[in-house]
Amino acid sequence: MSTVPAAEALRGTQRLRDWIGDRLLLVLTLLAALASIALMALIAWRVFRGASLSWSTFGLGFLTGTTWDTNAGVFGAGTLLYGTAVTSLMALVIAGPLAIAIALFLSELAPRWIREVIGPLVEMLAAVPSVVLGLWGILVLGPFAANHIEPWLNNWFGWIPLFSGDPSSSGVFVAGLILAIMVVPIVASICRELFLAVPSELEDGALALGATRWEMVRGIVLSSSKPGIAAALILGLGRALGEAIAVTQVIGSATAINVSLFAPGDTLASRIAAQFQGAVTKLQISSLFYLAAILLVIGLLTNLIAQLIVRRYEVQRAAG
Amino acid sequence: MATAEQALNLRGGGRSRRRRWANRLAEVVATLAALTAVAVLAIVVLSIAKRGLSEISWSFLTEPLPLFGQPGGGIAPLIVGSAILVAIATLIALPLGVLAALFLSEFASRRVAAPIQLVFDLMSGLPSVILGVFVFGLLVYGHTQSGIAGGFALSIVMLPLIARSTQETLRLVPDSQRDGALALGASRWRVVLGVVLPSALGGILTGTVLAIARAAGETAPLLFTTSIYLNSVQSDPRNALPNMPVQIFIWSESSDPEDHKRAWATALVLLAFVLLTSLLARAALHRSRRKLGQ
Amino acid sequence: MNETVTMPPMRPVDVAEREGPKAPVGETVFDIQGLTVRYGSNAAVKDVDVEIYKNLITAVIGPSGCGKSTFIRCLNRMNDTIPGFNLDGRLLYHGVDLYGDGVEPIEVRRRIGMVFQKPNPFPKTIYDNVAWAPRVLGMKKGLDERVERALTSAALWDDVKDRLKKSALSLSGGQQQRLCIARAIAIEPEVLLLDEPASALDPIATQKIEELMQQLKRDYTIVIVTHNMQQAARVADRTAFFSLQVEGSERFGVLVEYDDTEKLFTAPSDRRTEDYVTGRFG
Repeated sequence: MSTVPAAEALRGTQRLRDWIGDRLLLVLTLLAALASIALMALIAWRVFRGASLSWSTFGLGFLTGTTWDTNAGVFGAGTLLYGTAVTSLMALVIAGPLAIAIALFLSELAPRWIREVIGPLVEMLAAVPSVVLGLWGILVLGPFAANHIEPWLNNWFGWIPLFSGDPSSSGVFVAGLILAIMVVPIVASICRELFLAVPSELEDGALALGATRWEMVRGIVLSSSKPGIAAALILGLGRALGEAIAVTQVIGSATAINVSLFAPGDTLASRIAAQFQGAVTKLQISSLFYLAAILLVIGLLTNLIAQLIVRRYEVQRAAG
Repeated sequence: MATAEQALNLRGGGRSRRRRWANRLAEVVATLAALTAVAVLAIVVLSIAKRGLSEISWSFLTEPLPLFGQPGGGIAPLIVGSAILVAIATLIALPLGVLAALFLSEFASRRVAAPIQLVFDLMSGLPSVILGVFVFGLLVYGHTQSGIAGGFALSIVMLPLIARSTQETLRLVPDSQRDGALALGASRWRVVLGVVLPSALGGILTGTVLAIARAAGETAPLLFTTSIYLNSVQSDPRNALPNMPVQIFIWSESSDPEDHKRAWATALVLLAFVLLTSLLARAALHRSRRKLGQ
Repeated sequence: MNETVTMPPMRPVDVAEREGPKAPVGETVFDIQGLTVRYGSNAAVKDVDVEIYKNLITAVIGPSGCGKSTFIRCLNRMNDTIPGFNLDGRLLYHGVDLYGDGVEPIEVRRRIGMVFQKPNPFPKTIYDNVAWAPRVLGMKKGLDERVERALTSAALWDDVKDRLKKSALSLSGGQQQRLCIARAIAIEPEVLLLDEPASALDPIATQKIEELMQQLKRDYTIVIVTHNMQQAARVADRTAFFSLQVEGSERFGVLVEYDDTEKLFTAPSDRRTEDYVTGRFG
């Protein structure tokens, strides 16, 4: 009915300026997005390229070879894969149930004011820089574990090979503890969001049938969150797998596989951190790149698997 | 149908008691778990504070590093170095991250956005030691270490964080604001820069501060790109810059108790910075989310 | 273009048209004395005195916000889950104070079941939805028969008997609500509390629920909250009318009138009841 004054005012230069501005903004933002993708690709490419010498020398046998001899020029990732697996698994075994319990506390149990205090505190644990945690690990946790925890484990469970061997303030065990501390806040905060997302009508429905709070949590909250919990654990695992600094500070650096948790060990990431600066030969440097490539692949895989689970979970939830 | 006797026994029998016990146990376990986490945090922070506080003084924070093997000195070069590195990283990551997030939020269709989102998710999950190795190969190998290389490595840590938090903030800006501005005849770029971005500034700022807190504590990206021990304050990023995380790392592996003392004190400074900025940023994020009506 | 049109006052539903003999008042199941509920410092309902009788359908009607849901949730101690909840007065169930010392809410809820306004089936199979609570409560023997019996009583067995292992979320709204009823029945309660059970359903599904209620009242005592007066007139034997009372800055619900349904709708004793049922307000 009325005229549109804005249309009349849209004249020559204004129109041109708008057209340029729109195009420019689109181009700039698109370039930024493309640059990010290019960066990711560049990282992968250069890591794989750096590994090419070692790859052509050892091939896939690198993954199983347990020798790492700089002088002889023989390198293999076997001990490191073992160390990575053991430390990460130990961290997950400790941190997983702990984090789920914490998430349940924060989402189901605690009154609002406690939630708002303890929640941020748990997240602060994630903010502690790994070098600081590693320092604490070397000088505080390590000695404490060597004097109190490890002897106790050795006493009671020494018949299990894992807990045989002499207590030590550095080694796989301490590394696993430090990694557990890093993994807990990640898993806890994801799980807390998951549990909070369960509709309260479902919880009411379960309680109205005479279930206790724990029975309701087990049967409704936990059972419907299983995929999400799995994804959270995998993301936590990814964190543990990739940690270089804190692990190298406490793990003691070893070249052979030792079945005891108290013995020194090494992981893919910690070997890179320990040797990269001092690497002399081209083959050694390339082998360290090879380690980085393995780490890259593992890191990408865990991330992708976690995402896949989340996607399937959301589709499942929507479809019913 | 319940009989009259059943109706009167509202205290429950053996089975009911066992169920209530299991419930209580679950409550206790969950509470203990939460207390354990808080206790660990407290122990770590208090350990560092106890051991580091004695070393800290104004001179410690402002004096140059001691000569090798000498006592005394301060960590001024480390603080300045870290600040410059993080500044370089922010200078690279902030515009890139915000622009990429703008693309994802304002221009990209869902199909185009998905792979870009994936890239950012993968990037944020990359072990930071790989970033150190990558930047070493790219900028250091064949040349020298430099603050620019270190800053660049840190920027890769910050980029996905800033992109993600900017994207979330942009998502919270209601479409009605965009539509309203467009309906007034404003062009796309004016709407984005004049309406959307200003609303999102608070969230972008806090996201950036959180990314800074994270980058400030990273060691691995710097270990191969800018790990040098120099006595006096360095400010030219074309050379390697001493910084807090790497120096803590080096001192922590030394056998000299003097080095340990310095490590504790530096760790305390770094920890205080990281924790305080994280807390403030998160508190601000909470409040801005609530203001945007969510 | 605006003409004022005078609407004739609504005719009270002709309750006498209902079929079947009038149910006699029998044993008292709930004896509620001076019930006052507060959330924090805000009163929700004040001073409710009412008796609920066995094997009858008792409807609770009234305008929005007058505490009907609050009232019914007191009967199975579901309000315990709401922080700040506070109860004065006595709520006797077969002579036992439900809020007395030593009374366990999980025991209360086993005997007094509830179905909610929006159907809330668990994200499990149809079978597991019905079987979950019996398993948890320890009724593990004869589970298959128990599930079948419950689904049959809820008029759902024929619909689902071939797809018990399918997800409950694949059912229609009306079927989901009947599943929730089956779920509540499976643990053999004495009382069923229905909080606006059909308000989220279409008219056909609603009718099925109403027919179901008539069958269920043979075995269970039923209390139903409804904002739909006609529904109350159709199904309820006795009706309690709640209304809002304003005293200064306080707004809370009170029980205005409680009587045989027919009498309440055709010859209400209280002016407020008459205003409500004839549609003059609310």
